[in-house]
Amino acid sequence: MNVPPLPEAPEDEAAAAPAPATRRAARLLPQPRMGGLMPWVIAILIALVVIAASGGLVLRNLADNARADLAAAVTVQVIEPNPDLRAARGAEVVAVLQAMTLVRAVRLVPEGELAALLEPWLGTAATSGDVPIPVLVDVELVRRASPAEIAKLAAALEGTVPGARVDAQSDWLRPVYRALAALQWLALGLIGLVALATAAAVWLASRNALGQARETVEILHLLGGTDRQITRIFLGTVLREASFGAAVGTGLGLAAVWLLGQQFAALDSGMAGGGGLGMADWLVIAAVPVIGVLLALATARMTIALALKDML
Amino acid sequence: MNDRLDGHVKFDNVGLRYGTDAEVLSNLSFTLYPGSFYFLTGASGAGKTSLLKLLYLAQRPSRGAIRMFGQDLMTMPRTRLPDLRRRLGVVFQNFRLVPHLTAFDNVALPLRLAGADEARVVKAVSDMLEWVGLAHRAQAIPATLSGGEQQRVAIARAVIARPKMLIADEPTGNVDPEMALKLLRLFEALNNRVGTTVVVATHDVHLLKKVPDSLIMRLNKGQLSDPTGALRYPPRPSSAPGASSGGEGGA
Repeated sequence: MNVPPLPEAPEDEAAAAPAPATRRAARLLPQPRMGGLMPWVIAILIALVVIAASGGLVLRNLADNARADLAAAVTVQVIEPNPDLRAARGAEVVAVLQAMTLVRAVRLVPEGELAALLEPWLGTAATSGDVPIPVLVDVELVRRASPAEIAKLAAALEGTVPGARVDAQSDWLRPVYRALAALQWLALGLIGLVALATAAAVWLASRNALGQARETVEILHLLGGTDRQITRIFLGTVLREASFGAAVGTGLGLAAVWLLGQQFAALDSGMAGGGGLGMADWLVIAAVPVIGVLLALATARMTIALALKDML
Repeated sequence: MNDRLDGHVKFDNVGLRYGTDAEVLSNLSFTLYPGSFYFLTGASGAGKTSLLKLLYLAQRPSRGAIRMFGQDLMTMPRTRLPDLRRRLGVVFQNFRLVPHLTAFDNVALPLRLAGADEARVVKAVSDMLEWVGLAHRAQAIPATLSGGEQQRVAIARAVIARPKMLIADEPTGNVDPEMALKLLRLFEALNNRVGTTVVVATHDVHLLKKVPDSLIMRLNKGQLSDPTGALRYPPRPSSAPGASSGGEGGA
């Protein structure tokens, strides 16, 4: 009886052979499916992270810009009931400030402008002269001033002009900064929670896929397949499905960010205008899907490695 | 260690139990020598499949010691088991073909897992399928193959990489007598020409007579019941090493 022409195989060739490359490993099995929902779960989670990250970055930029603008400006008030004296002291304040090197520009706010600002609250009383309105001087500094420099400026003015009071504009918005900082922490916390949820989803999907393919995995083991070869097969699937989910999620997230941006731009608010995204911010947002896919791969790798260790 | 003197496989007082149940294999001590042909017989439930599972490294024993190809299985880390498994060819009782793969890809698995060149894989697998009469079914998935065809695919997969030891669990159970004889001749050829150690578990007493130089191991209720080798068919030539059991030395 004829014997089949068995392939030439030196005695220890199989033992000495390196683990096949990914391309070859992938041919061992059709790519297992992680579960139909996994790419979509990842897409939703990545979209949430993109929105949260964009929101956090916008808030940070907004706060930074506002802080920079306001830290380079102060307002001086002169409270004096006598109108003539008030006007004289206002001029005095302007003269003192213009002599300071820290000051770039000084503007004495005209009475008419002040009255117009106050009219919504005080009505006709704002222009009647019955209510003493303080003199206001807007001061633009050459740079962001430290609290010590502001204090020095205030001391110089208050020592020279009686009734003059300096207000650093950034002080008014301190509660707003605190709220913005809290929102940034909230965004960061949300990103952390979503990262955990992504890892959990991939963990469950990997275990599910491995459970469904358990018989095949056992056969591969018994035929000499290594954990590395089997893990590569599953990681190929995770990479494909997570990449798809990350791409879809990034698209959805960016669309939501764009729509929100349009809505805020329509407000035409000075503060909202300072909350755009810079090149570095876009790079951070672009890193979100990449980090998401890497997180999915790391989680799947760990899950599969632990599951394979339970098999002989 | 010298395989020729110490054997491919050495069991020393091995026992196996599943969970907390009673032992399904007890006090097995024997040696399988390179280039020998063994039949493992015994009634259903005697423990043949459990013994084969220990041989093809699907199970670790509950007690005792096993050496295979000179290596101690009891202390070997699992990361080194694939190297040993690639030296084995296994025909499983229920074939265990990968259901999503074609007959061709199933037979190719051992070569691909060992990192063989694809051109060599295609040639070797095509020749093997031709020889087992399944060239025309190369692209069929297992679900569309008959029991006999699946068995031939399983056997082709087991021998394709020229294993050092071939372990077959009822390999001729689903094929006609002519194909059974043909497959047995393949095992013999591997045994004689390549030096593969062959272990065939079977119920078929007629099969034992077809391989004149084979050694017989009989399992009874989890114990080898042939400590003297008296059941060997035909009688073993005095110069050849063989199976020993029950701690009695050479059979």
